[in-house]
Amino acid sequence: MLEIKDVHFHYGQAHVLQGVDLAIGDEPLALIGRNGMGKTTLCHSIMGMARISRGSIRFQGTEIQGRRPDHIARSGIALVPQGRRVFPSLTVDEHLRLVAKGRNRPWTIERVYETFPRLAERKRNGGAQLSGGEQQMLAIARALLTNPRLVIMDEPSEGLAPVIVDHLCIVLRDLAKSGMGILLVEQNLGVATTVCDRVAVMVTGRIAATMPSQDLLEDETAQRRWLGVSAHA
Amino acid sequence: MTFEMFVTVMMNGLTLGALYFIVASGFSLIFGLMRTVNMAHGTLYLIGAYLGYSVYDLTENWYYAIAAGMTAAAVFGAIMQVTLLGWMQGQELRQALVTIGLSIIVADQLLAHYGGLSLQFFPPDALFGATAFPIIERYPTFRLFQIGAAVAVGVALWLILNRTKLGLMIRAGVDDREMLAAMGVRVSLVAVVVFALGAALAGLGGVIGGSAQPFSQGTDVRFLLTSLVVVIVGGMGSIGGTAIGAIIVGMAEQWGQALFPTYSVIVTFVIMAAVLAVRPQGIMGRPS
Repeated sequence: MLEIKDVHFHYGQAHVLQGVDLAIGDEPLALIGRNGMGKTTLCHSIMGMARISRGSIRFQGTEIQGRRPDHIARSGIALVPQGRRVFPSLTVDEHLRLVAKGRNRPWTIERVYETFPRLAERKRNGGAQLSGGEQQMLAIARALLTNPRLVIMDEPSEGLAPVIVDHLCIVLRDLAKSGMGILLVEQNLGVATTVCDRVAVMVTGRIAATMPSQDLLEDETAQRRWLGVSAHA
Repeated sequence: MTFEMFVTVMMNGLTLGALYFIVASGFSLIFGLMRTVNMAHGTLYLIGAYLGYSVYDLTENWYYAIAAGMTAAAVFGAIMQVTLLGWMQGQELRQALVTIGLSIIVADQLLAHYGGLSLQFFPPDALFGATAFPIIERYPTFRLFQIGAAVAVGVALWLILNRTKLGLMIRAGVDDREMLAAMGVRVSLVAVVVFALGAALAGLGGVIGGSAQPFSQGTDVRFLLTSLVVVIVGGMGSIGGTAIGAIIVGMAEQWGQALFPTYSVIVTFVIMAAVLAVRPQGIMGRPS
């Protein structure tokens, strides 16, 4: 579905992405790595929000590198950004109406409210008035309403209470079962391995390894080397 | 001061504020919401007035002049955004210099084409003359129409911003332009539509203002400065704030002229300085 080949990105003198190769198919894939390894930059590069200096990003066979973010979004990729980035001036309902495209698509506003009943309760509240968990649900709902083929989620569990993270994992697994492509960027190894059967590990701007989640869970040496932590949700 | 005089000055301030609101609401859309520094807003007013006048001269129909003035300003504004300002998003100094340069060039072209004499529209019969009014017996119909036009513009803008998808896009774009684009919205197109809408309001103000008082070279600078003051006093990006700012500035000008004509010109700027000192974000503005 998404093929990333030899992608480089420079931020001033810093060589942030140093030849990333990654392929995402129909199975959800987790991308894990410590802070500052280039995970968010890779997400932004895929979405066209960061202009890569070299390499190729192909989505469903078409080169999308160099296209505008709105073009890439309309081609079927959605981003749930780090820090949620909901619009403070818009209510929950306005967020959804902004993106909704009609009733004859898989994801509609009604389906979003059925999936996230808490958002239905808060539909008249502004984006800034929501809790972290509600904002995260809204960011996911907003992305789903574009009816994407692939969703990129950048650290969705960041800053959320454990009970909310558990709920989030259930939602993400259901999405993956529905056939939607998922690239889940996480620092929380527990969340990444719960949702995805395969993980890619990013170290200093490169993909150091791609392996089954179970293998990484069982290999504490690799966890310490690449992530500096042991697995726990 | 008699009570009749008091009511007259109040009405004059209110009707002048209404005209300022029509012009400055366009400036508020462009500068306050889209954060584009448009120092050619007065030029858009003048383009609306002059091109409206050409059509008025040709057809003798004031309503056609309104349509022509709004369309001409909107088209010019859209061209400005597409060819110049769209490339300078977030570069305020560059935007300011380019639009100042553009306003000088356009002013010269208008001078070459229309000459330096003052021009004025005559409103249609329905809006001409005076209407019975309590306390002061009669008041110019066209000035009352200005209030109606300003209310209509305010309501229309409120509906656009709060009840349409375009309004949602504008408000979301103010919050996070990059994220709005990542939702699949063509932000550059939204910016062109907003600029054209703001410019059309300047053009509307040009014809209405040109019917209330003569216009000529220099009118552009006056309306640019007034729009700036209105938006600064009222608060950036707030249509309600723009209405409050416009009424305050209109009232200040009229009361200044009524009470101390020699120094009336400074009243507006004293108010602006006071607002900046006490509430820098403007009366209805959000702190940045």
